[in-house]
Amino acid sequence: MPGLEDLYREIILDHYKSPRNRGTLEPPAVRAEGHNPLCGDEIEVFLDVQDGVISDIKISGQGCSISQSSASMMSAAVKGKPVEQVRALIQRFKHMMSIEDETSEPDTSTPLGDLEALQGVVKFPVRIKCAVLAWNTLAEGLELASA
Amino acid sequence: MTLNFSSLRADFPVLAEHINGKPLVYLDSANSSQKPNAVIDAMTSFLQHSYAPTNRSAYTLAAHATDLYEGARSKVASFINAPHAHEVVFTKNATEALNLVVRTWGSANLSAGDVIVLTHMEHHANIVPWQMLAAERGCEIRWVPLTSDGLLDLSNIDVLLSGASVFSFTAMSNVLGTINPVKELCALAHKHGAIAVVDGCQSVPHMMTDVQDFDADFLAFSSHKMVGPSGIGILWGRESLLEEIPPFLGGGNMIADVKLDGFTCAELPGKFEAGTQPITEAVGLGAAVDYLSAIGMNNIREHERDLAQYALHALTSRFGRDIVIHGSNDINQRGATFSFAFKDVHPHDVSQVLDQHNVCVRAGHHCAKPLMRLLGANATVRASFYLYNTTSEVDALCDALEDAGDFFTL
Repeated sequence: MPGLEDLYREIILDHYKSPRNRGTLEPPAVRAEGHNPLCGDEIEVFLDVQDGVISDIKISGQGCSISQSSASMMSAAVKGKPVEQVRALIQRFKHMMSIEDETSEPDTSTPLGDLEALQGVVKFPVRIKCAVLAWNTLAEGLELASA
Repeated sequence: MTLNFSSLRADFPVLAEHINGKPLVYLDSANSSQKPNAVIDAMTSFLQHSYAPTNRSAYTLAAHATDLYEGARSKVASFINAPHAHEVVFTKNATEALNLVVRTWGSANLSAGDVIVLTHMEHHANIVPWQMLAAERGCEIRWVPLTSDGLLDLSNIDVLLSGASVFSFTAMSNVLGTINPVKELCALAHKHGAIAVVDGCQSVPHMMTDVQDFDADFLAFSSHKMVGPSGIGILWGRESLLEEIPPFLGGGNMIADVKLDGFTCAELPGKFEAGTQPITEAVGLGAAVDYLSAIGMNNIREHERDLAQYALHALTSRFGRDIVIHGSNDINQRGATFSFAFKDVHPHDVSQVLDQHNVCVRAGHHCAKPLMRLLGANATVRASFYLYNTTSEVDALCDALEDAGDFFTL
């Protein structure tokens, strides 16, 4: 049986205790909302997309350490990145979470960095949806921004 | 009569399971209970020796299966002191039982402007079906508020019930553990000309139920929370109401006759049991009723009162201000179901650490989001106890919580 240390890596707890990019953005920044209807976790992702680049991102909402730290790490990883690169990162992250919703192999040119720490979540299948919540919400935000 | 409740544990084979060398501490019975050998054996034996379709075929095997199926109905009727066995309707689950009331009695009786009264502590199953009908018909829904210690606030109840057609409420909260004064609430409903619908999911497994003493009109509850199998729920209804309301699902078994220009309904309870029923599950439910009855519902309530007392004391003395237990601390007004916040640790993370200790609790909103909003929580941890739980399992919960606190100390 995997132990707690497989799930709660130090970097995850660090992001949970000191979340990055907390807050909100005013329009014209877009706002996407994600829910985990089973557990009640809620997240809001605010995106300012300028010239195809995520110039700013803010996260609000509440949830468990996994959903919160995943959101925090995500915000740090995508801020200042071109949208196309971020889309690839979303795909790569979901692939790491064993969610194969794309047919092709993910583009590995974008480094996962700290996000690698979330790899252990796969050993706790119940928690995968916690880790992915922010990413699905980000994807929705990108759709809104490009609409 | 004094019963040794810890010896009952041997009746529940799953409680002897170990995961990673640690014993199972099952504290999720408000969600679904474990099953004793008496239930497992009754269902296995029925499938091995007696299974046949019920209420249809004339051969001996089918007649015997029908006797067992209808026998389960009679057992359930006695268990809740129903005047007639044919007032007991088997459904898929308690949720379907409540939907049945809304879609039959509600459809026949509610129209624009009519008032439905619910409470702020209801499970979604006693909210959403009413909201669906209210939206279709233009009905008004009123909510009975709660006191700060998680009891129903009845100070304004006469105003809320004024002109109401139905008062539908839980007998015991699945989140707070609050035991509501069902008899008093039924009387209040009737005083205002409303019918009383009781959600007994959390109360029927844990204490004596007497629908005649309650003077209720409908009572819905589930088998799987009272040591019976999942896949079958129960609706009891007052005979006169069941007679006058329209049928629920249409199909086989629920008809007296079908012609090209229409149909007539079967007698009770067939009128509400379209299609092949959960036959084996009914047999298991009958065995569950026998099992609980042999122990005695008052004995079970006493055992759980002792457990609740022990748990309240253990949790508060060990964790003090680090734990916030929602609901009343008066064990005469609550059952052994505890929802709580622990330090600043998210309920999911608490339950993850508890799982390492094989302590099974539920973390989430417990299908009661309006209540959770009132509590100001997105989620809570819930530990719920039943007849097979012991004080040493309360200690195991506390030890595991200690670990969770240490792990997540910010």
